[in-house]
Amino acid sequence: MSPRAACRLETLGFEHVFDYVAGKADWLARGLPREGEKAGERRAGDLARSDVVTAPPAERVGEIRPRVKASPYGFAFVLSDGGTILGRLRRSALDADPDAPAADVMEPGPSTARADTSLESLRGRLGDRGPKTAVVTTPEGKLIGVVRRSDLPQ
Amino acid sequence: MPERIEADRVRELCGDGAQLVEVLPAQEYADEHLAGAINIPLKTLDAHTTAQLAKGEAVIVYCWDYL
Repeated sequence: MSPRAACRLETLGFEHVFDYVAGKADWLARGLPREGEKAGERRAGDLARSDVVTAPPAERVGEIRPRVKASPYGFAFVLSDGGTILGRLRRSALDADPDAPAADVMEPGPSTARADTSLESLRGRLGDRGPKTAVVTTPEGKLIGVVRRSDLPQ
Repeated sequence: MPERIEADRVRELCGDGAQLVEVLPAQEYADEHLAGAINIPLKTLDAHTTAQLAKGEAVIVYCWDYL
């Protein structure tokens, strides 16, 4: 639809027309600013906390461990240079060889949710006995933050 | 030829004052839209409805997704 609109604008004499083809679905999935009657509904991106520990793939476990201990979480994420989640370092990995690079002991590919995931859906994913946190990323897998099960409204 | 852009470029252009237009139907716009966007549904897009836009300035259009 937007390509037709963009071409229509050009025929009407507009000189600098840009087409955001990925559109509103993409924008909302990234948790970018929104307005409207339903914009006040809280979603995963609105509850995402950014205080989780992150590390580059080459960082040694022994350097990451103290940061995790000082954080509210028992894990860290391994990110690429561009901020894409490569894996998760769980407590067992953090207690392993302190000289090991994060990439060697991480658990690859944690499940993720987009910023526009409803809180109801998030609650369904986490359940009562499932994971304590949900990982929120952009559509490209860049970390936005984590939502704790205890942060979800009852 | 309109230039296809991604979210980062949308933010950059909007920061420079680009005009942002959602071409979905009015109710979909009312429900939720990109901050700062106006609504001109595709079916109503003509010289009259676009008169509020500056022709010499950047205009970004979007709908729901690629389809």
